[in-house]
Amino acid sequence: MALKIVASQCTSCSACEPECPNVAIYEKNGTFVIDPKKCTECLGHYDVPQCAAVCPVDDTCIIDTSYPRYQPPA
Amino acid sequence: MDATTQHEGDAVGTSDALAGILQAKAEHQGCGTSGGSGKASCGSSAGQGDLPTEIWEKVKNHPCYSEEAHHHYARMHVAVAPACNIQCNYCNRKYDCANESRPGVVSEKLTPEQAAKKVLAVASTIPQMTVLGIAGPGDPLANPEKTFKTFELINRTAPDIKLCLSTNGLALPDHVDTIAGFNVDHVTITINMVDPEVGAKIYPWVFWKHKRYTGYEAAKLLTDRQLQGLEMLTERGILCKVNSVMIPGINDNHLVEVNRAVKSRGAFLHNIMPLISSPEHGTVFGLNGQRGPTAQELKALQDSCEGEMNMMRHCRQCRADAVGLLGEDRSAEFTTDKIMAMDVNYDLESRKAYQALVEEERVAKVAAKQEELASLAGEQSDIKLLVAVATKGSGLINEHFGHAKEFQVWELSTAGAKFVGHRRVDLYCQGGYGEEDSLETIIRAINDCHAVFVAKIGGCPKADLIKAGIEPVDGFAHEFIEKSAITWFKDYLAKVKSGEIEHTQRGDAEIRQGALISAA
Repeated sequence: MALKIVASQCTSCSACEPECPNVAIYEKNGTFVIDPKKCTECLGHYDVPQCAAVCPVDDTCIIDTSYPRYQPPA
Repeated sequence: MDATTQHEGDAVGTSDALAGILQAKAEHQGCGTSGGSGKASCGSSAGQGDLPTEIWEKVKNHPCYSEEAHHHYARMHVAVAPACNIQCNYCNRKYDCANESRPGVVSEKLTPEQAAKKVLAVASTIPQMTVLGIAGPGDPLANPEKTFKTFELINRTAPDIKLCLSTNGLALPDHVDTIAGFNVDHVTITINMVDPEVGAKIYPWVFWKHKRYTGYEAAKLLTDRQLQGLEMLTERGILCKVNSVMIPGINDNHLVEVNRAVKSRGAFLHNIMPLISSPEHGTVFGLNGQRGPTAQELKALQDSCEGEMNMMRHCRQCRADAVGLLGEDRSAEFTTDKIMAMDVNYDLESRKAYQALVEEERVAKVAAKQEELASLAGEQSDIKLLVAVATKGSGLINEHFGHAKEFQVWELSTAGAKFVGHRRVDLYCQGGYGEEDSLETIIRAINDCHAVFVAKIGGCPKADLIKAGIEPVDGFAHEFIEKSAITWFKDYLAKVKSGEIEHTQRGDAEIRQGALISAA
Protein backbone atom coordinates (compact mmCIF):
# COMPACT_ATOMS: atom_id res chain seq x y z
CA MET A 1 0.00 0.00 0.00
CA ALA A 2 0.92 3.56 -0.37
CA LEU A 3 -0.70 6.81 0.59
CA LYS A 4 -2.67 8.93 -1.84
CA ILE A 5 -3.89 12.52 -1.76
CA VAL A 6 -7.60 13.17 -2.30
CA ALA A 7 -7.36 15.79 -5.04
CA SER A 8 -10.73 17.42 -4.30
CA GLN A 9 -9.58 18.08 -0.71
CA CYS A 10 -6.02 19.24 -1.45
CA THR A 11 -5.52 22.98 -0.87
CA SER A 12 -2.22 22.81 -2.73
CA CYS A 13 -0.44 24.32 0.25
CA SER A 14 2.69 22.21 -0.46
CA ALA A 15 3.32 21.43 3.23
CA CYS A 16 3.60 17.68 2.50
CA GLU A 17 6.14 17.95 -0.31
CA PRO A 18 9.31 18.72 1.71
CA GLU A 19 8.28 16.39 4.57
CA CYS A 20 8.29 13.25 2.44
CA PRO A 21 11.45 11.22 3.21
CA ASN A 22 11.13 9.43 -0.14
CA VAL A 23 10.67 12.51 -2.33
CA ALA A 24 7.50 10.83 -3.58
CA ILE A 25 5.30 13.95 -3.62
CA TYR A 26 5.05 16.38 -6.54
CA GLU A 27 2.66 18.96 -7.93
CA LYS A 28 0.40 17.96 -10.81
CA ASN A 29 -2.47 19.98 -12.28
CA GLY A 30 -2.68 22.37 -9.36
CA THR A 31 -2.71 19.81 -6.53
CA PHE A 32 -0.14 17.46 -5.06
CA VAL A 33 0.14 13.74 -5.77
CA ILE A 34 2.08 10.84 -4.30
CA ASP A 35 4.08 8.47 -6.47
CA PRO A 36 2.94 5.05 -5.15
CA LYS A 37 6.14 3.43 -6.34
CA LYS A 38 8.21 5.61 -4.07
CA CYS A 39 5.88 5.82 -1.04
CA THR A 40 6.86 3.64 1.92
CA GLU A 41 4.15 5.00 4.27
CA CYS A 42 7.21 6.44 6.06
CA LEU A 43 8.01 2.96 7.47
CA GLY A 44 11.58 2.92 8.72
CA HIS A 45 11.70 6.72 8.74
CA TYR A 46 9.01 7.96 11.10
CA ASP A 47 6.25 6.61 13.33
CA VAL A 48 3.50 8.08 11.18
CA PRO A 49 3.19 9.09 7.52
CA GLN A 50 4.50 12.65 7.42
CA CYS A 51 2.16 13.91 4.69
CA ALA A 52 -0.90 12.99 6.76
CA ALA A 53 0.60 14.49 9.93
CA VAL A 54 1.28 17.90 8.36
CA CYS A 55 -1.77 18.13 6.05
CA PRO A 56 -4.17 20.92 7.13
CA VAL A 57 -7.25 19.09 5.84
CA ASP A 58 -8.38 15.93 7.67
CA ASP A 59 -8.65 12.69 5.67
CA THR A 60 -6.82 14.05 2.65
CA CYS A 61 -3.61 11.99 2.78
CA ILE A 62 -5.06 8.49 3.11
CA ILE A 63 -4.03 4.87 2.55
CA ASP A 64 -4.55 3.83 -1.05
CA THR A 65 -6.01 0.33 -0.72
CA SER A 66 -5.51 -0.47 -4.38
CA TYR A 67 -1.84 -1.10 -3.65
CA PRO A 68 -0.48 -3.99 -1.57
CA ARG A 69 0.86 -3.08 1.84
CA TYR A 70 4.44 -1.82 1.66
CA GLN A 71 6.93 -4.45 2.82
CA PRO A 72 10.13 -3.06 4.29
CA PRO A 73 13.27 -4.84 3.03
CA ALA A 74 14.23 -7.68 5.37
CA MET B 1 -30.28 35.26 9.56
CA ASP B 2 -31.84 38.08 11.49
CA ALA B 3 -28.87 40.21 12.36
CA THR B 4 -30.70 42.35 14.90
CA THR B 5 -31.85 39.36 16.90
CA GLN B 6 -28.40 37.88 16.83
CA HIS B 7 -26.93 41.14 18.03
CA GLU B 8 -29.38 41.43 20.90
CA GLY B 9 -28.76 37.81 21.78
CA ASP B 10 -25.07 38.57 22.05
CA ALA B 11 -25.67 41.47 24.37
CA VAL B 12 -26.24 39.17 27.34
CA GLY B 13 -22.89 37.42 26.98
CA THR B 14 -21.34 40.73 26.13
CA SER B 15 -21.97 42.43 29.43
CA ASP B 16 -20.36 39.55 31.36
CA ALA B 17 -17.37 39.50 29.07
CA LEU B 18 -17.00 43.25 29.33
CA ALA B 19 -17.17 43.16 33.11
CA GLY B 20 -14.38 40.57 33.06
CA ILE B 21 -12.21 42.75 30.88
CA LEU B 22 -12.81 45.82 32.99
CA GLN B 23 -11.91 43.80 36.09
CA ALA B 24 -8.75 42.53 34.40
CA LYS B 25 -8.01 46.09 33.33
CA ALA B 26 -8.24 47.38 36.90
CA GLU B 27 -5.91 44.63 38.11
CA HIS B 28 -3.50 45.17 35.25
CA GLN B 29 -3.22 48.88 35.73
CA GLY B 30 -3.06 48.44 39.47
CA CYS B 31 0.17 46.51 39.25
CA GLY B 32 1.71 48.54 36.46
CA THR B 33 4.91 50.38 37.11
CA SER B 34 4.70 54.06 37.85
CA GLY B 35 5.15 56.64 35.17
CA GLY B 36 5.12 56.08 31.46
CA SER B 37 8.77 56.60 30.75
CA GLY B 38 9.19 53.31 28.94
CA LYS B 39 6.21 53.84 26.69
CA ALA B 40 6.60 55.21 23.23
CA SER B 41 3.36 56.48 21.80
CA CYS B 42 3.35 54.91 18.39
CA GLY B 43 -0.29 53.94 18.40
CA SER B 44 -1.53 57.49 18.05
CA SER B 45 1.49 59.72 17.89
CA ALA B 46 1.73 62.07 14.94
CA GLY B 47 5.49 62.19 15.00
CA GLN B 48 8.61 60.88 16.60
CA GLY B 49 7.30 61.73 20.06
CA ASP B 50 9.41 60.07 22.72
CA LEU B 51 10.78 57.32 20.47
CA PRO B 52 14.57 56.96 20.28
CA THR B 53 15.81 58.13 16.87
CA GLU B 54 17.04 54.70 15.75
CA ILE B 55 13.61 53.18 16.39
CA TRP B 56 11.79 56.10 14.77
CA GLU B 57 13.90 55.58 11.65
CA LYS B 58 12.72 51.98 11.54
CA VAL B 59 9.01 52.68 11.99
CA LYS B 60 8.42 56.08 10.43
CA ASN B 61 7.53 54.74 7.00
CA HIS B 62 6.20 51.33 8.02
CA PRO B 63 2.40 51.48 7.77
CA CYS B 64 1.86 48.59 10.18
CA TYR B 65 4.23 49.83 12.89
CA SER B 66 3.22 53.50 12.85
CA GLU B 67 -0.41 54.57 12.83
CA GLU B 68 0.55 57.90 11.38
CA ALA B 69 2.71 56.39 8.62
CA HIS B 70 -0.16 54.27 7.36
CA HIS B 71 -1.92 57.32 5.96
CA HIS B 72 1.08 58.00 3.74
CA TYR B 73 2.97 54.77 3.05
CA ALA B 74 1.87 51.52 1.49
CA ARG B 75 2.84 47.90 1.98
CA MET B 76 2.55 44.75 0.00
CA HIS B 77 2.45 41.08 0.85
CA VAL B 78 3.68 38.39 -1.49
CA ALA B 79 2.08 34.98 -1.13
CA VAL B 80 5.15 32.76 -1.44
CA ALA B 81 4.53 30.73 1.71
CA PRO B 82 1.51 28.44 1.34
CA ALA B 83 2.48 25.71 3.83
CA CYS B 84 1.69 25.93 7.54
CA ASN B 85 2.94 23.99 10.54
CA ILE B 86 0.04 24.55 12.92
CA GLN B 87 -3.74 24.46 12.77
CA CYS B 88 -5.83 27.31 14.23
CA ASN B 89 -9.55 27.10 14.92
CA TYR B 90 -10.12 30.47 13.23
CA CYS B 91 -8.44 29.48 9.98
CA ASN B 92 -9.63 27.33 7.11
CA ARG B 93 -7.20 26.94 4.26
CA LYS B 94 -9.73 25.41 1.91
CA TYR B 95 -11.79 28.54 1.55
CA ASP B 96 -10.62 30.98 -1.11
CA CYS B 97 -12.90 33.72 -2.36
CA ALA B 98 -11.44 36.57 -4.38
CA ASN B 99 -13.48 39.02 -2.36
CA GLU B 100 -12.39 37.73 1.03
CA SER B 101 -10.50 40.23 3.09
CA ARG B 102 -8.83 38.37 5.91
CA PRO B 103 -5.48 36.78 6.67
CA GLY B 104 -4.68 33.39 5.22
CA VAL B 105 -6.55 34.00 1.99
CA VAL B 106 -4.91 34.61 -1.37
CA SER B 107 -5.99 34.37 -4.98
CA GLU B 108 -2.75 32.90 -6.31
CA LYS B 109 0.55 31.82 -4.85
CA LEU B 110 3.84 33.02 -6.28
CA THR B 111 7.32 31.61 -6.74
CA PRO B 112 10.14 33.72 -5.21
CA GLU B 113 11.10 34.90 -8.71
CA GLN B 114 7.53 35.97 -9.52
CA ALA B 115 7.32 37.68 -6.13
CA ALA B 116 10.51 39.67 -6.74
CA LYS B 117 9.21 40.84 -10.10
CA LYS B 118 5.90 41.80 -8.52
CA VAL B 119 7.64 43.86 -5.85
CA LEU B 120 9.56 45.81 -8.49
CA ALA B 121 6.41 46.36 -10.55
CA VAL B 122 4.42 47.61 -7.57
CA ALA B 123 7.25 49.78 -6.21
CA SER B 124 7.62 51.43 -9.60
CA THR B 125 3.89 52.12 -9.86
CA ILE B 126 3.28 53.10 -6.21
CA PRO B 127 6.29 55.20 -5.07
CA GLN B 128 5.04 55.28 -1.47
CA MET B 129 5.28 51.47 -1.26
CA THR B 130 8.04 51.07 1.33
CA VAL B 131 7.44 47.70 2.94
CA LEU B 132 7.40 44.13 1.67
CA GLY B 133 5.97 41.54 3.98
CA ILE B 134 5.64 37.80 3.79
CA ALA B 135 2.63 36.75 5.78
CA GLY B 136 1.59 33.48 4.30
CA PRO B 137 -1.01 32.43 3.34
CA GLY B 138 0.54 29.71 5.53
CA ASP B 139 3.53 30.46 7.73
CA PRO B 140 6.66 32.06 6.22
CA LEU B 141 8.94 29.99 8.43
CA ALA B 142 7.21 26.75 7.49
CA ASN B 143 8.46 27.63 3.97
CA PRO B 144 11.93 28.90 4.87
CA GLU B 145 13.52 28.31 1.47
CA LYS B 146 10.86 30.22 -0.46
CA THR B 147 10.71 33.02 2.11
CA PHE B 148 14.45 33.62 2.29
CA LYS B 149 14.96 33.26 -1.45
CA THR B 150 12.38 36.04 -1.91
CA PHE B 151 14.18 38.27 0.60
CA GLU B 152 17.49 37.62 -1.11
CA LEU B 153 16.15 38.60 -4.53
CA ILE B 154 14.51 41.77 -3.23
CA ASN B 155 17.56 42.83 -1.23
CA ARG B 156 19.50 42.65 -4.46
CA THR B 157 17.06 44.47 -6.78
CA ALA B 158 15.24 46.90 -4.49
CA PRO B 159 17.50 47.56 -1.53
CA ASP B 160 15.47 50.52 -0.23
CA ILE B 161 12.46 48.34 0.54
CA LYS B 162 12.01 47.26 4.14
CA LEU B 163 11.46 43.56 4.69
CA CYS B 164 9.19 42.08 7.28
CA LEU B 165 7.49 38.82 8.04
CA SER B 166 4.63 37.55 10.12
CA THR B 167 4.82 34.13 11.78
CA ASN B 168 3.07 31.90 14.27
CA GLY B 169 6.45 31.52 15.97
CA LEU B 170 6.71 27.71 16.10
CA ALA B 171 9.78 27.59 13.85
CA LEU B 172 11.04 31.05 14.80
CA PRO B 173 13.96 30.16 17.12
CA ASP B 174 15.53 28.09 14.31
CA HIS B 175 15.56 31.03 11.90
CA VAL B 176 16.34 34.12 13.96
CA ASP B 177 19.93 34.41 12.74
CA THR B 178 18.91 34.06 9.09
CA ILE B 179 16.22 36.72 9.61
CA ALA B 180 18.80 39.07 11.13
CA GLY B 181 21.19 38.28 8.25
CA PHE B 182 18.68 39.56 5.68
CA ASN B 183 18.29 42.87 7.58
CA VAL B 184 14.67 42.11 8.34
CA ASP B 185 13.93 44.63 11.04
CA HIS B 186 10.27 43.98 11.66
CA VAL B 187 8.80 40.63 12.70
CA THR B 188 5.24 39.99 13.75
CA ILE B 189 4.38 36.98 15.91
CA THR B 190 0.79 35.90 16.44
CA ILE B 191 0.51 35.08 20.13
CA ASN B 192 -3.01 34.27 21.32
CA MET B 193 -2.09 32.77 24.69
CA VAL B 194 0.70 32.11 27.16
CA ASP B 195 -1.28 29.43 29.01
CA PRO B 196 -1.43 26.04 27.26
CA GLU B 197 -4.86 25.37 28.82
CA VAL B 198 -6.17 28.35 26.87
CA GLY B 199 -4.09 27.42 23.84
CA ALA B 200 -5.62 23.95 23.64
CA LYS B 201 -8.97 25.63 22.85
CA ILE B 202 -7.45 27.61 19.98
CA TYR B 203 -4.97 25.20 18.38
CA PRO B 204 -6.05 21.61 17.63
CA TRP B 205 -2.50 20.60 16.64
CA VAL B 206 1.02 21.67 15.76
CA PHE B 207 3.54 19.81 13.58
CA TRP B 208 7.05 19.85 14.97
CA LYS B 209 10.09 17.68 14.34
CA HIS B 210 8.21 15.14 12.26
CA LYS B 211 5.40 14.72 14.74
CA ARG B 212 1.88 16.04 15.17
CA TYR B 213 1.22 17.19 18.72
CA THR B 214 -2.29 17.86 20.03
CA GLY B 215 -4.03 19.39 23.05
CA TYR B 216 -2.08 20.80 25.97
CA GLU B 217 1.21 19.43 24.70
CA ALA B 218 0.81 21.23 21.36
CA ALA B 219 -0.05 24.55 22.96
CA LYS B 220 2.80 24.25 25.47
CA LEU B 221 5.28 23.66 22.69
CA LEU B 222 3.90 26.58 20.71
CA THR B 223 3.94 29.12 23.55
CA ASP B 224 7.47 28.12 24.63
CA ARG B 225 8.79 28.51 21.08
CA GLN B 226 6.94 31.81 20.54
CA LEU B 227 8.31 33.44 23.67
CA GLN B 228 11.81 32.09 23.04
CA GLY B 229 11.71 33.46 19.49
CA LEU B 230 10.47 36.83 20.72
CA GLU B 231 13.33 37.08 23.21
CA MET B 232 15.89 36.10 20.58
CA LEU B 233 14.61 38.76 18.16
CA THR B 234 14.51 41.61 20.65
CA GLU B 235 18.02 40.70 21.85
CA ARG B 236 19.15 41.33 18.28
CA GLY B 237 17.41 44.69 18.07
CA ILE B 238 14.69 43.49 15.68
CA LEU B 239 11.36 45.23 16.29
CA CYS B 240 8.60 42.81 17.19
CA LYS B 241 4.89 43.30 16.89
CA VAL B 242 2.63 40.81 18.59
CA ASN B 243 -0.73 40.07 17.00
CA SER B 244 -3.45 38.56 19.18
CA VAL B 245 -6.87 37.44 18.06
CA MET B 246 -9.51 38.35 20.65
CA ILE B 247 -11.85 35.38 21.09
CA PRO B 248 -14.61 36.18 23.61
CA GLY B 249 -14.96 33.54 26.30
CA ILE B 250 -11.69 31.85 25.33
CA ASN B 251 -8.80 34.30 25.59
CA ASP B 252 -10.34 37.76 26.03
CA ASN B 253 -9.43 38.20 29.70
CA HIS B 254 -6.25 36.17 29.23
CA LEU B 255 -4.88 38.63 26.64
CA VAL B 256 -4.05 41.05 29.44
CA GLU B 257 -1.63 38.37 30.67
CA VAL B 258 -0.30 37.87 27.15
CA ASN B 259 0.28 41.62 26.94
CA ARG B 260 2.30 41.51 30.17
CA ALA B 261 4.35 38.52 28.96
CA VAL B 262 5.28 40.01 25.59
CA LYS B 263 5.94 43.45 27.02
CA SER B 264 8.42 42.01 29.50
CA ARG B 265 10.21 40.27 26.62
CA GLY B 266 10.68 43.47 24.69
CA ALA B 267 7.83 43.45 22.14
CA PHE B 268 7.44 46.89 20.58
CA LEU B 269 3.79 46.90 19.62
CA HIS B 270 0.71 44.85 20.50
CA ASN B 271 -2.10 44.45 18.01
CA ILE B 272 -5.29 42.98 19.45
CA MET B 273 -7.66 42.11 16.61
CA PRO B 274 -11.27 40.95 16.70
CA LEU B 275 -11.94 37.32 15.78
CA ILE B 276 -13.30 37.00 12.25
CA SER B 277 -15.81 34.20 12.44
CA SER B 278 -18.69 33.30 10.23
CA PRO B 279 -20.17 29.92 9.28
CA GLU B 280 -19.43 30.38 5.56
CA HIS B 281 -15.69 30.53 6.30
CA GLY B 282 -15.90 26.88 7.34
CA THR B 283 -13.59 27.39 10.33
CA VAL B 284 -14.09 25.53 13.61
CA PHE B 285 -15.08 28.79 15.31
CA GLY B 286 -17.28 29.80 12.38
CA LEU B 287 -19.15 26.51 12.51
CA ASN B 288 -19.52 26.24 16.29
CA GLY B 289 -21.00 29.72 16.56
CA GLN B 290 -18.08 31.33 18.40
CA ARG B 291 -18.77 35.07 18.20
CA GLY B 292 -16.30 37.91 17.73
CA PRO B 293 -16.09 40.84 20.16
CA THR B 294 -18.18 44.02 19.95
CA ALA B 295 -16.48 47.35 19.31
CA GLN B 296 -16.79 48.28 22.98
CA GLU B 297 -15.28 44.99 24.20
CA LEU B 298 -12.36 45.31 21.80
CA LYS B 299 -11.65 48.91 22.77
CA ALA B 300 -11.88 48.14 26.50
CA LEU B 301 -9.29 45.39 26.12
CA GLN B 302 -7.00 47.54 23.97
CA ASP B 303 -7.30 50.40 26.46
CA SER B 304 -6.48 48.09 29.35
CA CYS B 305 -3.27 46.93 27.70
CA GLU B 306 -2.16 50.42 26.77
CA GLY B 307 -0.52 51.18 30.11
CA GLU B 308 3.08 51.09 29.00
CA MET B 309 2.96 49.54 25.60
CA ASN B 310 2.07 50.77 22.15
CA MET B 311 -1.21 49.34 20.94
CA MET B 312 -1.89 49.06 17.25
CA ARG B 313 -5.42 50.20 16.43
CA HIS B 314 -5.24 50.61 12.69
CA CYS B 315 -4.93 46.98 11.62
CA ARG B 316 -7.21 45.97 8.74
CA GLN B 317 -6.52 42.22 9.04
CA CYS B 318 -5.44 42.13 5.43
CA ARG B 319 -4.94 39.27 3.03
CA ALA B 320 -1.58 37.58 2.52
CA ASP B 321 -1.42 39.11 -0.98
CA ALA B 322 -2.65 42.64 -0.21
CA VAL B 323 -1.14 45.60 -2.08
CA GLY B 324 -1.43 49.30 -1.31
CA LEU B 325 -2.26 51.55 1.61
CA LEU B 326 -3.85 49.76 4.57
CA GLY B 327 -7.57 49.76 3.95
CA GLU B 328 -7.25 49.63 0.20
CA ASP B 329 -6.32 46.63 -1.88
CA ARG B 330 -4.82 47.09 -5.31
CA SER B 331 -3.78 43.46 -5.71
CA ALA B 332 -6.10 43.05 -8.73
CA GLU B 333 -3.87 45.48 -10.65
CA PHE B 334 -0.88 43.23 -10.11
CA THR B 335 -1.87 39.70 -11.02
CA THR B 336 0.93 37.41 -12.20
CA ASP B 337 -0.17 37.70 -15.85
CA LYS B 338 -0.06 41.48 -15.71
CA ILE B 339 3.28 41.63 -13.90
CA MET B 340 5.02 39.29 -16.26
CA ALA B 341 3.87 41.47 -19.16
CA MET B 342 5.07 44.67 -17.46
CA ASP B 343 8.22 46.45 -18.50
CA VAL B 344 9.54 47.52 -15.12
CA ASN B 345 11.87 50.45 -14.69
CA TYR B 346 12.91 50.69 -11.03
CA ASP B 347 13.82 54.31 -10.44
CA LEU B 348 15.24 54.76 -6.95
CA GLU B 349 15.68 58.54 -7.34
CA SER B 350 12.07 59.29 -8.26
CA ARG B 351 10.91 57.11 -5.37
CA LYS B 352 13.07 59.15 -3.00
CA ALA B 353 11.75 62.43 -4.43
CA TYR B 354 8.15 61.32 -4.00
CA GLN B 355 8.78 60.20 -0.43
CA ALA B 356 10.34 63.59 0.37
CA LEU B 357 7.05 65.23 -0.65
CA VAL B 358 5.15 62.85 1.60
CA GLU B 359 7.36 63.90 4.51
CA GLU B 360 6.48 67.59 3.90
CA GLU B 361 2.79 66.71 4.03
CA ARG B 362 3.29 64.94 7.35
CA VAL B 363 5.07 67.91 8.90
CA ALA B 364 2.20 70.24 7.92
CA LYS B 365 -0.31 67.91 9.55
CA VAL B 366 1.64 67.71 12.81
CA ALA B 367 1.95 71.52 12.96
CA ALA B 368 -1.82 71.93 12.53
CA LYS B 369 -2.50 69.51 15.37
CA GLN B 370 -0.04 71.17 17.75
CA GLU B 371 -1.63 74.56 17.18
CA GLU B 372 -5.09 73.31 18.08
CA LEU B 373 -3.89 71.21 21.01
CA ALA B 374 -2.39 74.33 22.59
CA SER B 375 -5.81 75.97 22.48
CA LEU B 376 -7.27 73.08 24.53
CA ALA B 377 -4.79 73.65 27.33
CA GLY B 378 -7.12 75.63 29.60
CA GLU B 379 -10.13 73.30 29.22
CA GLN B 380 -11.21 71.07 32.08
CA SER B 381 -13.78 68.35 31.66
CA ASP B 382 -14.22 64.62 32.34
CA ILE B 383 -16.09 64.15 29.10
CA LYS B 384 -14.57 61.59 26.77
CA LEU B 385 -16.38 60.69 23.57
CA LEU B 386 -15.92 59.04 20.20
CA VAL B 387 -16.37 60.55 16.75
CA ALA B 388 -16.23 58.89 13.33
CA VAL B 389 -14.37 60.39 10.38
CA ALA B 390 -14.74 59.76 6.63
CA THR B 391 -11.29 60.05 5.07
CA LYS B 392 -9.43 58.96 1.99
CA GLY B 393 -6.09 59.48 3.74
CA SER B 394 -3.43 62.15 4.27
CA GLY B 395 -5.02 62.97 7.64
CA LEU B 396 -7.84 64.97 6.03
CA ILE B 397 -11.64 64.88 6.25
CA ASN B 398 -11.92 64.30 2.54
CA GLU B 399 -14.48 61.55 1.90
CA HIS B 400 -18.20 61.81 1.20
CA PHE B 401 -20.41 60.04 3.72
CA GLY B 402 -21.99 57.86 1.04
CA HIS B 403 -18.68 56.81 -0.50
CA ALA B 404 -16.94 55.77 2.69
CA LYS B 405 -16.01 52.08 2.92
CA GLU B 406 -14.76 52.59 6.45
CA PHE B 407 -14.72 55.25 9.14
CA GLN B 408 -11.85 56.17 11.41
CA VAL B 409 -12.83 56.42 15.07
CA TRP B 410 -11.23 59.08 17.26
CA GLU B 411 -11.57 59.51 21.01
CA LEU B 412 -11.82 63.12 22.12
CA SER B 413 -11.03 64.44 25.57
CA THR B 414 -9.30 67.50 26.98
CA ALA B 415 -6.06 65.56 26.41
CA GLY B 416 -6.64 65.86 22.67
CA ALA B 417 -7.76 63.63 19.83
CA LYS B 418 -6.64 60.01 19.89
CA PHE B 419 -7.07 57.55 17.05
CA VAL B 420 -8.69 54.37 18.42
CA GLY B 421 -9.73 52.29 15.43
CA HIS B 422 -11.57 51.72 12.19
CA ARG B 423 -15.07 50.55 11.37
CA ARG B 424 -15.79 48.85 8.12
CA VAL B 425 -19.09 49.80 6.54
CA ASP B 426 -18.64 48.32 3.08
CA LEU B 427 -21.25 46.07 1.58
CA TYR B 428 -20.93 42.34 1.81
CA CYS B 429 -21.68 39.22 -0.17
CA GLN B 430 -24.23 36.85 1.36
CA GLY B 431 -23.25 37.26 4.96
CA GLY B 432 -26.75 37.93 6.20
CA TYR B 433 -26.50 41.66 5.71
CA GLY B 434 -26.73 41.94 1.92
CA GLU B 435 -30.33 43.06 1.64
CA GLU B 436 -30.31 45.56 4.42
CA ASP B 437 -30.36 49.27 4.05
CA SER B 438 -26.74 50.36 3.99
CA LEU B 439 -27.48 53.39 6.14
CA GLU B 440 -28.70 51.16 8.98
CA THR B 441 -25.47 49.20 8.61
CA ILE B 442 -23.40 52.35 8.95
CA ILE B 443 -25.34 53.52 11.98
CA ARG B 444 -24.80 50.15 13.69
CA ALA B 445 -21.06 50.34 12.94
CA ILE B 446 -20.62 53.85 14.42
CA ASN B 447 -23.40 53.69 16.99
CA ASP B 448 -20.94 54.46 19.81
CA CYS B 449 -19.97 57.80 18.21
CA HIS B 450 -21.41 61.23 19.05
CA ALA B 451 -20.64 62.72 15.65
CA VAL B 452 -19.48 61.80 12.18
CA PHE B 453 -17.16 64.14 10.23
CA VAL B 454 -17.58 64.08 6.46
CA ALA B 455 -16.57 66.12 3.41
CA LYS B 456 -20.18 66.06 2.21
CA ILE B 457 -23.46 64.37 3.08
CA GLY B 458 -26.94 64.24 1.55
CA GLY B 459 -30.13 65.46 3.24
CA CYS B 460 -31.72 62.06 3.89
CA PRO B 461 -28.81 60.34 5.64
CA LYS B 462 -28.25 63.56 7.58
CA ALA B 463 -31.77 63.42 9.03
CA ASP B 464 -31.48 59.70 9.83
CA LEU B 465 -28.15 60.18 11.60
CA ILE B 466 -29.59 62.96 13.74
CA LYS B 467 -32.53 60.70 14.59
CA ALA B 468 -30.03 58.04 15.70
CA GLY B 469 -28.30 60.61 17.92
CA ILE B 470 -25.17 60.97 15.76
CA GLU B 471 -24.39 64.53 14.69
CA PRO B 472 -23.33 64.81 11.03
CA VAL B 473 -20.55 67.41 10.74
CA ASP B 474 -19.71 68.71 7.26
CA GLY B 475 -18.28 72.10 8.25
CA PHE B 476 -14.66 70.90 8.22
CA ALA B 477 -14.51 69.50 4.69
CA HIS B 478 -10.92 68.92 3.45
CA GLU B 479 -9.39 70.12 6.72
CA PHE B 480 -7.04 68.18 9.06
CA ILE B 481 -8.83 65.56 11.16
CA GLU B 482 -7.28 66.21 14.55
CA LYS B 483 -7.45 69.99 14.32
CA SER B 484 -11.10 69.88 13.22
CA ALA B 485 -12.09 67.31 15.83
CA ILE B 486 -10.54 69.35 18.63
CA THR B 487 -12.24 72.54 17.40
CA TRP B 488 -15.59 70.72 17.33
CA PHE B 489 -14.95 69.20 20.76
CA LYS B 490 -14.22 72.59 22.33
CA ASP B 491 -17.50 73.86 20.93
CA TYR B 492 -19.27 70.74 22.26
CA LEU B 493 -17.84 71.31 25.75
CA ALA B 494 -18.96 74.96 25.63
CA LYS B 495 -22.50 73.90 24.70
CA VAL B 496 -22.63 71.37 27.53
CA LYS B 497 -21.36 74.01 29.94
CA SER B 498 -23.94 76.55 28.87
CA GLY B 499 -26.70 73.95 29.18
CA GLU B 500 -27.54 74.12 25.50
CA ILE B 501 -27.03 70.38 25.15
CA GLU B 502 -26.85 67.53 27.62
CA HIS B 503 -23.94 65.07 27.39
CA THR B 504 -25.10 61.44 27.28
CA GLN B 505 -23.28 58.14 26.81
CA ARG B 506 -23.66 56.27 23.53
CA GLY B 507 -24.28 52.52 23.18
CA ASP B 508 -22.08 49.79 21.73
CA ALA B 509 -21.27 49.26 18.05
CA GLU B 510 -20.90 46.26 15.81
CA ILE B 511 -17.67 45.04 14.21
CA ARG B 512 -18.56 43.99 10.69
CA GLN B 513 -17.00 40.95 9.11
CA GLY B 514 -17.16 39.08 5.87
CA ALA B 515 -16.14 39.44 2.28
CA LEU B 516 -16.27 42.62 0.30
CA ILE B 517 -18.82 42.74 -2.50
CA SER B 518 -16.18 44.32 -4.71
CA ALA B 519 -12.46 44.28 -4.06
CA ALA B 520 -11.59 47.76 -2.81
